[in-house]
Amino acid sequence: MIRIEVTRRPQPSRLLSAFSPLIALGLTIIAGSIMFMALGKNPVAALYSYFVEPLTEVWSLHELAIKAAPLILIAVGLSVCYRANVWNIGAEGQFTFGAIFGSALPVLLPGFQGPLVLPLMLLCGVVGGMAWAFIPAVLKVRFGTNEILTSLMLVYVAGLFLDWLVRGPWRSPEGFNFPETIRFHEDAVLPAIWFASGRAHWGFVFAIVAAVAVWFLLERTLKGFEIRMMGQSPRAARFAGFSSGKVVFFALLLSGGLAGLAGISEVSGAIGQLRPVISPGYGFAAIIVAFLGRLNPLGIIAAGLVLALSYLGGEAAQISLGISDKAARVFQGLLLFFVLASDTLIHYRVRLMRTVKAGGGDA
Amino acid sequence: MKKTLTTLAATAAVILTASAAMAQGMDKVKACFIYVGPVGDFGWSYQHDQGRQYAEKTLGTDKVETAFLESVPEGADAERAIERFARSGCNIIFTTSFGYMDATNKVAAQFPDVKFEHATGYKREHPNVATYDSKFFQGRYVIGQIAAKLSKTGSAGYIASFPIPEVVQGINSFMLGAQSINPDFKVKVVWVNTWFDPGKESDAAKALLDQGVDILTQHTDSTAPMQVAAERGAMAFGQASDMIAFGPNTQLTSIIDDWGPYYVERIKAVLDGTWTQTATWAGMAEGHVVMAPYTNMPDDVKAMAEATQAKITSGEFHPFTGPIMKQDGTEWLAQGVVADDATLAGLNFYVKGIEDKLPQ
Repeated sequence: MIRIEVTRRPQPSRLLSAFSPLIALGLTIIAGSIMFMALGKNPVAALYSYFVEPLTEVWSLHELAIKAAPLILIAVGLSVCYRANVWNIGAEGQFTFGAIFGSALPVLLPGFQGPLVLPLMLLCGVVGGMAWAFIPAVLKVRFGTNEILTSLMLVYVAGLFLDWLVRGPWRSPEGFNFPETIRFHEDAVLPAIWFASGRAHWGFVFAIVAAVAVWFLLERTLKGFEIRMMGQSPRAARFAGFSSGKVVFFALLLSGGLAGLAGISEVSGAIGQLRPVISPGYGFAAIIVAFLGRLNPLGIIAAGLVLALSYLGGEAAQISLGISDKAARVFQGLLLFFVLASDTLIHYRVRLMRTVKAGGGDA
Repeated sequence: MKKTLTTLAATAAVILTASAAMAQGMDKVKACFIYVGPVGDFGWSYQHDQGRQYAEKTLGTDKVETAFLESVPEGADAERAIERFARSGCNIIFTTSFGYMDATNKVAAQFPDVKFEHATGYKREHPNVATYDSKFFQGRYVIGQIAAKLSKTGSAGYIASFPIPEVVQGINSFMLGAQSINPDFKVKVVWVNTWFDPGKESDAAKALLDQGVDILTQHTDSTAPMQVAAERGAMAFGQASDMIAFGPNTQLTSIIDDWGPYYVERIKAVLDGTWTQTATWAGMAEGHVVMAPYTNMPDDVKAMAEATQAKITSGEFHPFTGPIMKQDGTEWLAQGVVADDATLAGLNFYVKGIEDKLPQ
């Protein structure tokens, strides 16, 4: 009998740790080149269109910011949860509910216009996300339910609720029965950061501000200490007088609020109306971003930009090289795989063990 | 003398510019396509891609270069994809899903020199946006007649996507065709609220067959219903492409979307410098709606289908010709009156005899 054992290395190499992203990038380039050559494409041109082409034009940088904003905003909130050992998997639902809550104003009261509309919408978005995250928080603290299950299930509830709204009561009367709400009026649209050059909206600014603020919270405040301690050693945290219930609420509400803000920013800034599908899975992709950024809000900014770049690069490669959309996604998968694998192998050791039959066990 | 020369030169220059402006023809056109599904769906997106390949073959690669993006989600991603095409030197961009409508118009405003062609939409907010669609309902009438002739239970199952006018036209036309053969014919409609979801589509197909219908027709893009019908030995009509490979013994015919001729015409117009904004709604007569070979049916049914198809193609017959009653029994079209295109383009009610309630 041979079994595989994964054990934490007592002293992960500092050097390898620091260079881990570069190692991953190198491995991705090698594996990706093999794949592109197998497809009969020039690997240099392919890698260029993936990593460089989207960065060479101003409009494309705007698109990068649009794509990265929700990923960063959500992942920053998730980092607080995961640091506190609270496994919120339902950011997609909190994103959706934030979008619904925030959109209620321009959809139901299109006559109400003025400079107040947008701040109110954003506020409603945050509240909507928090409300949706409140449910798993209460269930966990009061009844000890597993937040992984409850938050994930609520993703589908939120999605179906949105579906029902845009097909039923909120459907646009001018939309030829297509499932979509009316388009938001001008005061309800999140403005572009820098008008003339592209369409990136303030959502990206929110994401950066949130990342810096949460970084400060985690690293420099007592609350941050409480969260990290609760995650690493709940028993010690309780001895220090911290309440685990309060931390659960804090982490879930903060991450729900940020996901809700991401939702309303996306709908108001990038889409301009509600539709049955408003997210290509940002809430789930953000989980990857959170771990790519090693649960550090500043690292998450970089991770969000890298993941967004791989989406844009995939499109660029489809157009300039004519590779299929599937090959583009495989390459994205390779990148994520190598990043996470390098990190894991630096911190853990994998060993093949020959099991010796011990007395009493019938392995 | 010198003055005359200058005048001559100036006049020549004016004439030259004028002629250049009149026919801004091009030597080579880059035509770009955006698909909502994968090109391998064997339905909607597949047919658009067939059209792209046909255009490339017909006009020659020295005249036209094409590029496409598949599985582009409607929403923020669509706008980026369209803009990327516009910036990458495309001269004409075909956006092939209804949900790209607003994104197409938004990008078109920024790129007045690029031509945009939006399939199945109704917004042409800028002079460089044209729309195009096909009269699929013409084919639906023919298959309605076939269904009524062949069904033993006197009922057919209809897998529908969204309650938009295009789909409602199809259901009504199918029913009118069926009623022309069997006035008591029943249609069972299932709304799956998706264009492409093989799982949902096959569930709907199974549910309909379990309810006792023996013929299936679909207004969704995957081959799943055709495959379910083939497994259960029920008859079915293909959609968008010829699906005979997925139901060799059960496909009766298929309503094929043939976008090739349209794509050739529009790309050629850009080559010649004659492109103008249009709203095309063509059908069998123009070759945009094509029926796959009539198979797995007796000769008399085949002859009937061919006769109806010929009448619709020649313009002798229009599927929406009165008398037609609405579902609630009130009159829609009086004896001999033909529905006009504007009414059909916004159709939001059923004709008499359909038992489903149209989702409103």
